[in-house]
Amino acid sequence: MPVEIVKERYSSKVGTITLGATKEQGGTRTHTVTVGGDSTLPFLHFEGEVPNPPVVAIEICDRVPEWNPSLLEHYRDVVGDPAAWAQKAVEYGADLIFLRLSSADPELGDSSPEKCADTVKKVLGAVGVPLIVVGSGVDDKDNIVLPAVAEAAAGENLLMGIAEQDNYKTLTAACMVHKHNIIALSPIDINICKQLNILINEMNMPLDRIVIDPSVGALGYGIEYTYSIMERIRLGALQGDRMLAMPVICGIGYEAWRAKEANAPVSDFPGWGDQKDRSILWEAVTASGFIQAGGHIIIMRHPEAVKLVKNNIKQLMAK
Amino acid sequence: MGLTGLDIYKQLPKKNCGECGPPTCLAFAMALASGKAALESCPYVSDAAKENLGAASAPPIRLVKIGTAPNEVAIGDETVIFRHDKTFFHETGVAILVGSDLDDAALDAKIAKINDLKFERVGLKYTVNLVAIKQVGGGADEYAAFVKKVADKTSLALILMTDSADAMGKAAEAVAARKPLLYGATVENLDAMLALAKKHTVPLTIHGKDLDETAALAEKASAAGVKDVILDAGQRETAKVLVALTQCRRLAIKKKFRPLGFPTIAVTSEEDPLAEIVQASVYVAKYASIVVIKTDVKEQVLPLLTLRQNVYTDPQKPIQVEAKLNAVGAATTDSPVYVTTNFSLTYYTVEGEVSASKIPAWILSVGTDGTSVLTAWAAGKFTSESIAAAVKSSGVEEKVGHRNIIIPGYVAVLSGKLGELTGWKVLVGPREAAGIPAFAKQRFSA
Repeated sequence: MPVEIVKERYSSKVGTITLGATKEQGGTRTHTVTVGGDSTLPFLHFEGEVPNPPVVAIEICDRVPEWNPSLLEHYRDVVGDPAAWAQKAVEYGADLIFLRLSSADPELGDSSPEKCADTVKKVLGAVGVPLIVVGSGVDDKDNIVLPAVAEAAAGENLLMGIAEQDNYKTLTAACMVHKHNIIALSPIDINICKQLNILINEMNMPLDRIVIDPSVGALGYGIEYTYSIMERIRLGALQGDRMLAMPVICGIGYEAWRAKEANAPVSDFPGWGDQKDRSILWEAVTASGFIQAGGHIIIMRHPEAVKLVKNNIKQLMAK
Repeated sequence: MGLTGLDIYKQLPKKNCGECGPPTCLAFAMALASGKAALESCPYVSDAAKENLGAASAPPIRLVKIGTAPNEVAIGDETVIFRHDKTFFHETGVAILVGSDLDDAALDAKIAKINDLKFERVGLKYTVNLVAIKQVGGGADEYAAFVKKVADKTSLALILMTDSADAMGKAAEAVAARKPLLYGATVENLDAMLALAKKHTVPLTIHGKDLDETAALAEKASAAGVKDVILDAGQRETAKVLVALTQCRRLAIKKKFRPLGFPTIAVTSEEDPLAEIVQASVYVAKYASIVVIKTDVKEQVLPLLTLRQNVYTDPQKPIQVEAKLNAVGAATTDSPVYVTTNFSLTYYTVEGEVSASKIPAWILSVGTDGTSVLTAWAAGKFTSESIAAAVKSSGVEEKVGHRNIIIPGYVAVLSGKLGELTGWKVLVGPREAAGIPAFAKQRFSA
């Protein structure tokens, strides 16, 4: 019996955003990366367009991070050298580099704005993929570091973060002046998400240069809250809410690798099995969950987890 | 197609006796129309009305049970497409595949591993639910003997997987008392499989090559009186399974399309176990009632079961931990005392960070009906009074020699009053749990 399948009709779609700029476009990237544009729920190709696959950004850091040795060993030869680390990340399949300027933190080296800008330039020089750059998370310091980075990388069409409701003006202004894109972070709250996008937009930042960070949790640590917020963001975008129609970025690696399940040796929790596959899957399944909820840019750490997630995305994009 | 509440009301006895639960026949009719009540609750409904309303008033997706207590697996009976619209009710049953070509020693080892797939994390217990026994070579008698051996070694629910009606008949006979799921009926063997499902009153998987064929077979099953059906729409590629599962869910719930108003089963195709888990995670997130996987390795299965638990958490009912004093590490009378709420996520986040600080400590979780620090504070559930009461009732006064208590930075405002009520010195901790290791190191390291 022929079944009449249910196709939802949506009035709108997720906006697209293109990151990076080639020489012709005023930058130095070998290619650009475009995300978003979905006119349906994740991977429902029968009822809408999914023009761009989700992409994986591999996280690198401008200092030696306190990561689990089983993770850090994959970057053993390159930690401490962000340019070499970025190249390694591209070898591991990174569509984008996510550079965290941790060393700007007054407690973790207090790197100067000039030094941070120089690091960004070096990474740009080392790889051809577009770049995401975020500060150390210390607002006062980031507000002097990020404008310097924005200026030094003018023309590169970076994605920069992190703007929050109580600290967005400096970064927004810097991204406006130097033509970068901005990450708007809200605390698992769809109203604050909209509100922040409105505030940033009111400074004349175009909506198609904003990326939503809905605050993700790790598998087992509240993933379901963000999962549902992201489903609602996607439905809002499809129903024509312009303030929710931005691509979504998910900081998976950071969260997954904070979970006890990713780090505890089997000797601590014999019932959980060996740590190696457990940690890789903790990151990959966290990512998979958020890809199903509508994530566009997935920030990850472990090369094996990256491989699994890219394979999953490839399968999901098959029509 | 679904009837409206008024359509249904016309056929009810209109006694307004309230014996069905809702106070009036009209209220009952409305509940029936939205799939929230069953017609059987009405003791006075006429046979004619039963006939007319039976199909229309059934829930959009039938509840199907496999196996026997205490390991009975109940699946289906879902009412929404998105968990934020209400909740997902019956979590995905996870089945581990076993091929019937294993020799006795290999089978023993395999079943021991499967039986051991029991996990405890954040105070919750997770387990796999079923063993899927697939016929690989051998005749009907051999398969039945193998199935019997598996049944003797595990109390998990069973799925019998074979296309051969002969083998299925003998295997089902051998373990009928366990109420296994028969997998399954295809175009070729439909009549024989239907007969077996009826004979043993066990659920049956309908396995078409696509959605159309699956719906056609399911309709025949219903016509033949087999009610406990599980659907396999025949796809194995990730994106196509996602679409099939989504369509079954949408057609059942949005269109009340009866032939597909049943739970679903998805079978992984990836050979690499890690890739398989990621593939299965798509099916757990998107509507599979059962997912069949091959891997039986603890560290691979735990992430999948954790995702399942997360997706099936009721958004309206936060998971709580018991409100009490807990030791982290080898806590002593000198160890610091942290206070937090009894929202599971909050508690385990704090516990994780306290544990990461490597300084043994006590955590006092205060009963806040499972709300987080700020929510509980705003609702008047995490107050100086409630914390002071918890200090008294928890026995912390006997457990530690000092009188210092650390409260979350977000509720620093409570410190004065709490100090007065308890006589303890109140230390204001970091706002976010992530700040605990640095806080602890600075304050308490020797």
